[in-house]
Amino acid sequence: MSDTNVQISLKPKDFKGKVDPDWCPGCGDFGVLSGLQRAVCELGLQPHEILTISGIGCSSNFPGFFNSYGMHTLHGRALPHASGAKLANHEMNVIVTGGDGDGYGIGGNHFTHTSRRNLDILYIVMNNQIYGLTTGQISPTSEVGMKTKSTPFGSVELPINPIASAITAGATWVARGYTGNIKQLTRLIVEGIQHEGFALLDVFSPCVTFNKVNTYQFFRPRVQPLEDIEHDASDWKAGIEKAMLWGDVIHTGVFFETNTRLTLGEQEPVLDEGGPLAFRELGLSSEQTERVISRMM
Amino acid sequence: MGSFDYVISIGGAAGQGIATPGNILARLFARRGIHMYAYNAYQSIIRGGHSFLTVRCSDREIRTHGDVIDLIICLNQDTMDRHLEHLGPGTSVIFNSDTIEPGEAAEGVQLCPMAVGELAGKGSNKLIQNTVSIAVACQLLGVEFSALEDVLDFQFSAKGEELVAENVRVAKAAYEHSAANFQPAAQQAPQPSAPLAVWAGNQAFAMASASAGVKFYCAYPMSPSTGILHWMAANARELGIMVRQVEDEISVICMTVGAAHAGCRSMCATSGGGFALMTEGIGAAAMMEVPIVVVNVQRAGPSTGVPTKTEQGDLWQVLGASQGDFPKLILAPSNPLDAFQTIPEVFNLADKYQLPAIIVSDLLISDETSTIDPKLLDMHPVIDRGELITEAGEEAGNYERYKFTDSGISPRALPGIPGYEHVVSTDEHMPDGVLISDEFTHPHKRRAMVEKRQSKMDGLLAELAPPAIVGPADAEVTLVGWGSTAGVIQEAIEQLAAAGVVANHLHFKWLVPFHADEANELLSSCKRTIIVENNYTGLFHRYLRSETGFTVDGHIRKYDGEPFKPHHLTAAVQDQLAGGEALSVPYEEIIV
Repeated sequence: MSDTNVQISLKPKDFKGKVDPDWCPGCGDFGVLSGLQRAVCELGLQPHEILTISGIGCSSNFPGFFNSYGMHTLHGRALPHASGAKLANHEMNVIVTGGDGDGYGIGGNHFTHTSRRNLDILYIVMNNQIYGLTTGQISPTSEVGMKTKSTPFGSVELPINPIASAITAGATWVARGYTGNIKQLTRLIVEGIQHEGFALLDVFSPCVTFNKVNTYQFFRPRVQPLEDIEHDASDWKAGIEKAMLWGDVIHTGVFFETNTRLTLGEQEPVLDEGGPLAFRELGLSSEQTERVISRMM
Repeated sequence: MGSFDYVISIGGAAGQGIATPGNILARLFARRGIHMYAYNAYQSIIRGGHSFLTVRCSDREIRTHGDVIDLIICLNQDTMDRHLEHLGPGTSVIFNSDTIEPGEAAEGVQLCPMAVGELAGKGSNKLIQNTVSIAVACQLLGVEFSALEDVLDFQFSAKGEELVAENVRVAKAAYEHSAANFQPAAQQAPQPSAPLAVWAGNQAFAMASASAGVKFYCAYPMSPSTGILHWMAANARELGIMVRQVEDEISVICMTVGAAHAGCRSMCATSGGGFALMTEGIGAAAMMEVPIVVVNVQRAGPSTGVPTKTEQGDLWQVLGASQGDFPKLILAPSNPLDAFQTIPEVFNLADKYQLPAIIVSDLLISDETSTIDPKLLDMHPVIDRGELITEAGEEAGNYERYKFTDSGISPRALPGIPGYEHVVSTDEHMPDGVLISDEFTHPHKRRAMVEKRQSKMDGLLAELAPPAIVGPADAEVTLVGWGSTAGVIQEAIEQLAAAGVVANHLHFKWLVPFHADEANELLSSCKRTIIVENNYTGLFHRYLRSETGFTVDGHIRKYDGEPFKPHHLTAAVQDQLAGGEALSVPYEEIIV
């Protein structure tokens, strides 16, 4: 570690955090953790090159279980923390991890605006369609009719469609994974990290304790990877059409992808030269201060 | 009092270009070395309403808009109708006689009607009446025409030489008309001296933070804090600052924390409503021990309140910002220069103690336009980031972000350094960053972490200048204040001295942590104490009492949106000394 010039090739176990996950046995989130550990190895990344940032919730405990720099922030606020961090150090690989309540509910406003801002961030949402850490209430992705402690007579509100929402909000890479298909999930994480721009990876990550509807048994016969059918991911309309399907067939894979838009960082001249802002010299030059004061005279 | 002290007011509706004559006068006086302080009474409206700009100029530094008006420029009938009755002998009224009827003026008030249409010629822009008025004001004050010409060129050159020529031509005609028809003002402008700079209060906040090395600034527009965003945005590229306007104040504070954690000196500003949204993020910064600087520019509340009016109403909101009991730094500078000179120290303290710093301003400080001696603007302050790790060293592979130390300060490694990987968390955690909140909420560990964070306050308090009394030690009465009231208290003390009352001044800038023992000692040594606040319930007095146990003798409060004028305080002190009520609420004469 002390010799920074030698980039040792690492194995997934090298990305184990200081503690083991406290998720329930069988939780889908284990699959995402394992997928990310494999993906960063495949990409040859080192722990110090990665900043994982989360909000609050079961899945938001993620940074503690993963060996890299991490920030475990406020409920719903992972994306703005990550945006600030990415702008301050645009050389870091910033990966945001969280759940559906955190990201699409309390953090919904940030989800929309971060999508249109197109910062180079991968956002992995472990979507279990339930609030788990608060012991089982509906989430913004819960299906109509779902009975929980807060909806004993069944939910009457339409669930949000994260994939369609992200596409319309301006995200430039929008995909869905399933923790029952680790191979595809790992590949999607690799692509999401490699994508230059805001990448949303919504992952079906079943809650084995509180969601008795959207279980592995529910998903297994329904999920169909888009790579198995004909789908043009450069066509946002086709992406939304596929995203709206929710029945016997539910698609996974890349719904939409474009490289036609510059990232926020690429459009910000302040980042053009001089490396990450966070490591630049502080203070102004005499020329700069003279110009500032002369304009006041 | 200085030998030259003259107050010009300009009234009109929003959209009538009231800011332009204000800017011209400010620039004109500053270039001639005349000190200026401008207060704008206005409403949250883009067109209409009644805006009333008061520009006070003097041959000495001034920090209030004064008590009286010497000259009024009426841009509409409404201004004439509202203010003529307040004018006394020796004052002048400039107005466009094509559109405005003068009312019944008191004896000794000089009416200066200007037939703007005739002077300017047919088809001229309506805004030309502003130039006419300024020209007359300059002539009455004995300011040479070339000085006005110079500033008209500065003001209009961006819009083309033609516009400059037109304004100079009309100004010249108005100046000559004034010289031929009106009596000069009793006070004449002093001879030119070294030029001064012009700035607005919010600009002082922005400039100070830029010079302190801020690299990340984020905001959501909210009056009266938006001036900071405007300056930052205009200067961002030239000064290498990342400036972002984002979706809401929650995002603002969280981006600020994110950027600060990554290593940038980071700041954000808002007003009370936006600050309310930021509070959870302030707690996050405290728990993760990330240094941030937040400015709350107070306006009259609660809720939307009066967006364009001043108040010192947010003190307890700031004191109680965010759930939990945690260390933070809170201060209230008393004017733009004080803010400018203190802010670099605030960044150093936030960095060194790894905590959120909250600067409390208000509309009065942030919105004021005033002159400043450019020699006082040191933009190369000491920058000290404290125990910051920016490259790998001996601790690589063995680093603990929240290591226990005697000072409570744990060296902070920036993300990106090999061997210092760690997680910062808003959950309670152990020295290595591992959470204790989920699985094993160990009371001894929790206690140790609370004590580690809180112990930083001891070191911090020792670095802050203790409060001090300004003025004669044996004063009959001590005026106590905090924040923006410093200037008006100082001027009231001068007025009291002239009336034979010896008063002194105890002003508080550093609010948290608080020098309670020193404050108590000073207060106990005073013969009589009167506290001055721009709020209803005496928020600062309640805080002062909670920290010191000391109860003051009298109160002067104002909560009508307009700032105190010096005579408000002078009269209230005299009344209380003569046995009047211990609570004075001065009456505001100017209705806007």
